[in-house]
Amino acid sequence: MVALSDAVVLVGGFPLLSGVNLELSVTSLNVVTGANGAGKTSLLRLLGGLVTLTSGTGVVCGVDLRSGDLRELRRRVGWLGHEGSFYDDLSASENLTFAAKALARPTSEIAGVLDRVELSSRATTPAKQLSAGQRRRLGLAWLLLRRSELWLLDEPYASLDDEGRTFFDQLVGDVVKSGATVVVSAHDPLRSSALAPRTITLAGGLVVGDHL
Amino acid sequence: MIRVAWLVAAKDLRIERRSRVLLWQVLPFGVMALLLSGLALGAAHAGHSNAAPGLYYLVMVLVALLMINRSQVIEGSPGTRASVATLGLDPAGVFLGKALALAVELWLTGVVLLAGAVLVLHTALGGTLSALPSVVVTLGALAAAGTLYGALSGGGQGPATLLPVLSLPAFAPLLIAGERSFSAALYGGALLQWWVISLVALVAYLAIGILLYGVLEES
Amino acid sequence: MIKQLSQRLLGPVTLLLLALTFWLGLWVTPPDKVQGNLARLLYLHPAVAWVALYVSFGTATIASALYLWKRSRSLVMDRVAHCAMEVSTVFILLTLITGSIWGRPTWGVWWAWDARLTSTAILGVFTVAYLALRRANDDAELRARRSAVFAIIAAINVPIVHFSVDWWKTLHQGATVFTQDGNLLVHGIMLWTLFISLVAFTLLFFWLLRARYRLDVLRGERDQASLEEALVQRRREGVH
Repeated sequence: MVALSDAVVLVGGFPLLSGVNLELSVTSLNVVTGANGAGKTSLLRLLGGLVTLTSGTGVVCGVDLRSGDLRELRRRVGWLGHEGSFYDDLSASENLTFAAKALARPTSEIAGVLDRVELSSRATTPAKQLSAGQRRRLGLAWLLLRRSELWLLDEPYASLDDEGRTFFDQLVGDVVKSGATVVVSAHDPLRSSALAPRTITLAGGLVVGDHL
Repeated sequence: MIRVAWLVAAKDLRIERRSRVLLWQVLPFGVMALLLSGLALGAAHAGHSNAAPGLYYLVMVLVALLMINRSQVIEGSPGTRASVATLGLDPAGVFLGKALALAVELWLTGVVLLAGAVLVLHTALGGTLSALPSVVVTLGALAAAGTLYGALSGGGQGPATLLPVLSLPAFAPLLIAGERSFSAALYGGALLQWWVISLVALVAYLAIGILLYGVLEES
Repeated sequence: MIKQLSQRLLGPVTLLLLALTFWLGLWVTPPDKVQGNLARLLYLHPAVAWVALYVSFGTATIASALYLWKRSRSLVMDRVAHCAMEVSTVFILLTLITGSIWGRPTWGVWWAWDARLTSTAILGVFTVAYLALRRANDDAELRARRSAVFAIIAAINVPIVHFSVDWWKTLHQGATVFTQDGNLLVHGIMLWTLFISLVAFTLLFFWLLRARYRLDVLRGERDQASLEEALVQRRREGVH
């Protein structure tokens, strides 16, 4: 699913990633941990085709990061950021309708997805009026609708309470069981997932620890 | 491409309808700018001035700058941008959709401010109405150009001061063409060549946007 | 061999031709019957404007287009475009200054709403905006991409700005060198001086472009060295 060799990403003359070597298998749950500025978000952005590889080699979902079509790669991954991944002025169901139409998916799936993330009662609420936990669930609903091969979740636990974290862990575990590959960036490892995650530690834009 | 364009335009207009920024912030700004134009002309010249068409377009250019910035800002935080980028939308469609939404907003504001021009700058009603088709084309060209310059200036993430310096030189011929055709509608004179300028600019910007918006989006 | 020789000769030949232009323009050619000594600007203003509006801006546009074309995409093209646009800005400023000096006795004011003066000023703001856009982007690839697109849009705008301002109003003196039928208006030594000035300023552009490009390459090498240092430091963060 992912194969990176000596991957360097430079932005504005600063090396965000300074030579990452990493292989991730299909249907796996991976947690990327590290201090602030270690390169966690940059690694996820590289895997999503959202930044270009400056040097080294990389293949994600069969797409070469240097010579392949990054737009094609982006279509196959799902991204959830901690600050929100949707339009704040649109309601939960309007956001999902936009995503469904963009992906040419039937909008009839939206009700089921909202139900799965327990947001049916807030379907018409503008996203900016949702709580942190509800916003995270809306982000997950967007990803569930997409049925991505590779889920990239950037700091999804930030400002979540215990209930929110448990809900999140369970849902991510279910997604992995259904065949997706998930990469989560987090300060702490997953606690209650049904699958034992692989934990990759980053520092200075390098992989410095890898534990199953 | 057309499907994506409709989708993006509908999304942008829905956000605008929900947030009412156009109604409560941009429109009052435009009305105030029109009043200031009258004040700047002086008491003796504020009404029935030959400068009215030019002042109208000057106000529209300022209004357009605000709306272009807004059109990019609604794309949201880096997280939203990343998330939307992973939808893999056709960039030409995104460009057309954003330009269309911006054009609709500019047309609405343009019509209100035309009424304002009749009211406060005393432009003749008949002449002002006959200027409408040229206003539509010129504001359409402003929208297409503005969408491109909005993306060039960093898509709402770059410095806000960059957009005016990038876009105003390109708006100059549109301002001239708009002012001349509005003046021709009010006071008579050649209209066709000014129509051609606005139309050429509209077609040129649409073509550039369709071809090159993807290059800007990649960044 | 020929390339090396032409590069070595570019500077001296440019200086020689510029000196020849000034000598011919100031001492050898006669003053004009109507405009007197002011007409000597004929050996400066058209040549500077030619470089500003066609040679340098054209070079920047072609280099930008080559950058956007995937097969020829390289930072070399981005560098050429940037350097040419920077030189173009200087030449546009010189065009405006010399045009203004020439226009003052004729028009009675330093700035007249003349079509060519106005459209040149607008083009000047385009080049300044291009440089502002470059300064606003730190990332080399992002900067190259955005500025190349901007240069193309600016180039497409040149005829639109030109015609709109031209139709809007024109005060500029009629054709200086040719009549509208293509007949020569300037003769003899004046014509030769004009021709030499055009060649001299065109060579000056390429000389300046080359110097500016070499400076950019040196800066690039310095940035590369600091980048490698930054990479080592970053990796050290990971080890400790």
